[in-house]
Amino acid sequence: MTTKRRLLLPSASEALMAYKEHRLIFKNIDAPGYTRDLTCYQKHGGYEILKKGLAMGGPAIREEVKKSQLRGRGGAGFPTGTKWGFIDPAKVTKPIYLICNADESEPGTFKDRQIIYKDPHQLIEGMILSCFANGVKLAYLYIRCEFTEGWRILETALAEAKGAGFLGKNILNSGYDLEIHVHRGAGAYICGEETGLIESLEGKRAYPRIKPPYFPAVLGLYMCPTIVNNVETLCHVKHIIEMGGEAYAKIGRPNNTGTRLICVSGDVVRPGYYEFPCGALTLGELIQHVCGGIRNGNRLKAVIPGGSSAKVLKAGEVYKIKEAGVDGKLVEKEVKLEDLRLDFDTLAAAGSMAGSGGVIVMDHTRDMVECLANISTFYAHESCGQCTPCREGVLWLKKILSRIAEGHGRDDDPSLLKEVADRIAGRTICAFGEAASWPVQSFLGKFRDEFAQRIRRNGNAAKKDFVSLTH
Amino acid sequence: MSLPLHAGTENCVGPEKGEVTPAFEKQADELVSRYPVSKRSAVLPLLHLWQETFGYIGPRGVEWIARKLSLQEIQVLELVTFYPWFRQKPYGKFHFRVCRTLPCALGGAGKTFAALQKLMNLKEIGHGGTMVSEDGRFSLEYSECLASCGTAPVVLCNDAFHEKVDDNKAATLVAECK
Ligand SMILES: Cc1cc2nc3c(=O)[nH]c(=O)nc-3n(C[C@H](O)[C@H](O)[C@H](O)COP(=O)(O)O)c2cc1C
Ligand code: SF4
Ligand code: FES
Repeated sequence: MTTKRRLLLPSASEALMAYKEHRLIFKNIDAPGYTRDLTCYQKHGGYEILKKGLAMGGPAIREEVKKSQLRGRGGAGFPTGTKWGFIDPAKVTKPIYLICNADESEPGTFKDRQIIYKDPHQLIEGMILSCFANGVKLAYLYIRCEFTEGWRILETALAEAKGAGFLGKNILNSGYDLEIHVHRGAGAYICGEETGLIESLEGKRAYPRIKPPYFPAVLGLYMCPTIVNNVETLCHVKHIIEMGGEAYAKIGRPNNTGTRLICVSGDVVRPGYYEFPCGALTLGELIQHVCGGIRNGNRLKAVIPGGSSAKVLKAGEVYKIKEAGVDGKLVEKEVKLEDLRLDFDTLAAAGSMAGSGGVIVMDHTRDMVECLANISTFYAHESCGQCTPCREGVLWLKKILSRIAEGHGRDDDPSLLKEVADRIAGRTICAFGEAASWPVQSFLGKFRDEFAQRIRRNGNAAKKDFVSLTH
Repeated sequence: MSLPLHAGTENCVGPEKGEVTPAFEKQADELVSRYPVSKRSAVLPLLHLWQETFGYIGPRGVEWIARKLSLQEIQVLELVTFYPWFRQKPYGKFHFRVCRTLPCALGGAGKTFAALQKLMNLKEIGHGGTMVSEDGRFSLEYSECLASCGTAPVVLCNDAFHEKVDDNKAATLVAECK
């Protein structure tokens, strides 16, 4: 934050106002006295929107979701209305399935956990509405098994909902039947990839499917049309039906509508989960004001804005970004890292992505070789092993990075790393290939000196002066 | 604080030699009924049930589940070897998973792991892998991001989840494992 900008903020209270959260999904989460049972949820208006939705009918719900311009919160930011639009329940003769992706395994992301643990009925209401809108009669909630309490919470909540007539046969006398079951994963990150998830739900290894078809909407679970949506996405559906698609689209910015759950971790004073309108906040405001700045009085060095797969951003960077001016024409502007808006389009224009909303902050004492080696160890462990470039390449990325971190680096290791990473991305069955390559490409591109220096100082000196992050 | 008995649920009866009781059969049937289109979808749920009941998935588990779902044994075994949550050998009575991914690493997961290892008196066994104490009381391994990066470093002890586990908290956790 520059001094000039600070002068623009007249008073502390006004500054606080400016960074006040806009809580739709997190409205009741952590509120004093709020509990996750059905009684409490209904006391706060729970399942009223379901009644409204059932009265509106499926096509009207789909229309509102389209108008809302909601983009998926699972990582890719794909428009939910468009995804649903691939299926026309009136024409499809096969059963249609819906799967809620509650695998939440992108490092840096912990928003779905809050919903599942603290407000499970919100998710279930959103899910029933989405199922009803798309003619779904059987749906699954795919949850990572490391949420050891979470899956039980969901089972309890589903049973409560069923007991109250919101699920099961003839929901609220509408003639609509729906069953939702919880399905636990078993510790593999790749189950978050939607086609891997479907294979896993079919009782197989979570090997992502070869595309095309690009969308499970064409061929999904049991070779039937299937909608896969993230936990947060399905919760947004509830709020869209509550306020109407057009009103919802007014929150946030054009093409980046609604609120967004943001998770901040790493070297900040107040890590945690926050909810703001998409793009209402800049990266600098998030780190400085919402999260209290960098901890231990240190300086910002690097930030990964959208989960570990997103390309790293370096402190001091300036990006050229096209934005619509007052007359609606696109103008190119120079934008500093701290002034980047936290929305899909801005972060993409800055060469990274909003991804899953996980912001990982690193301070100036952090060694970028260690950080990257840590990230690559994750990907080496999580590759499903189907495609050779990914299975072999990602393992080599980890091996080479570990040897640099351990003080045995070779002079040509940085170029070798880049070469290996470049040969993975774009040559694999699923986007994991990119997810594993992007960190390597971006860390190397932006912190090349640090890698070279580490290699020059090989041996004992290399490891001693840093807290090791490679394990 | 009460910790679940085994690295599974409270009702775990230990090494695979326990009986398959009618209650177990009933639970299994209920799980299978959730997948009216394809029984095969019930493999993961049954593997979870087996591991929680018997502590790990050995040849008996693979055979029983395969028979239950009319599958080849390899169709069950290939999942046990693919999904990291499943194990073919028993873990300690108290199994600890320390998250090692970047946000937790930045929060000091390495120190937490070292502290736990020392407290449990576990010897290094080379490359990663799970360490089990000689008396079978403790086991320890690293895990990948547990989706709670804002409260790093985090630890799972059996089914109990713990946040911000520094050296002191690690010592308390181990002391509570009775
Ligand atoms: C390697 C990989 C991991 C993923 N992990 C998750 C995940 O943990 N949770 C999630 O919701 N989506 C994840 N996704 C995205 C899903 O494939 C899918 O796009 C998403 O669930 C769709 O939901 P949405 O349209 O609501 O965003 C992952 C994708 C890839 C390629
Ligand atoms: S890119 Fe990697 S994770 Fe994706 S299918 Fe290929 S081997 Fe599996
Ligand atoms: S990195 Fe440890 S919980 Fe995410």
